[in-house]
Amino acid sequence: MLRLRPAFEGMDVAYVSMFENYREVVAGSRYYTVPDAHRFDKLAFLKVFLHAIPIMLRERPHAIVTTGSAPMLTFLLLARLMGARTLWIDSIAQAEEMSSSGKLAKKLAHQVIVQWPEVARKEQLEYWGAVL
Amino acid sequence: MLPFERFVRAVDAWAGANPGTEVFIQTGDHEYAPVHARFASMIPMDEYRQRLRDCDLFVAHVGMGSILQALEERKQTLMMPRHASLGEHTTDHQLHTAERFGHLPGLRIVDTADDLQRNITALLEAPMVVGPAISQQANPALIDGVRRFLQSASA
Repeated sequence: MLRLRPAFEGMDVAYVSMFENYREVVAGSRYYTVPDAHRFDKLAFLKVFLHAIPIMLRERPHAIVTTGSAPMLTFLLLARLMGARTLWIDSIAQAEEMSSSGKLAKKLAHQVIVQWPEVARKEQLEYWGAVL
Repeated sequence: MLPFERFVRAVDAWAGANPGTEVFIQTGDHEYAPVHARFASMIPMDEYRQRLRDCDLFVAHVGMGSILQALEERKQTLMMPRHASLGEHTTDHQLHTAERFGHLPGLRIVDTADDLQRNITALLEAPMVVGPAISQQANPALIDGVRRFLQSASA
């Protein structure tokens, strides 16, 4: 996500991460953390959801961009309810197939792209380039 | 992120066998606490980057973040992938990442704790040649696409 920062230039940006240790890297922008969650731990998603609601109510974003990790699915869902545009960029770590979170994101996000041309062909999604 | 005990134990054991070498481990969530190496579950990114810049060898899981950091800082890097079958991750995508990026100059990927320890010793003695630093930014086409998306969303 940090490697995409030039795309946000001049915009009002708030970051949401699962990790506290990036806070200083984006000093000057608002920064929130949520717990981690993965598909084998459904209760964790509920916890993320409870973190996501106040963040979304406070920020009321026009748009959400995520490089794709499971907890951020909750933000896509809330964004849908609140009318924000959403872009899911499936992780570059998914070189062979789309992540299971990405497959869910296809149903939730306005735009889903992947970072490998082969995966784009397989999933009939767009490839715009990669973070590397 | 799930614990990667196999990795932490291997690096800690290496530190125990090589007390003259300073070893620091960022363990993430862990059950096994290192007894030889200094460690923290997580450190602020500026301190992390400074440690990365100052070290002789960067040892990490095959995470994309770690690969990008290694390339940005031009640091020789030794990696071991997490295996889903061992409860180290939810899928085996780090094996795929290893296949895609293992060929990069200055990057070596091994798959066992023994090989990890052997290669820490070997790479400290005879470092790899590292490629040129990569840009700190994503592919310009991707940045443009994201910007266009955002501009259309706020219009």
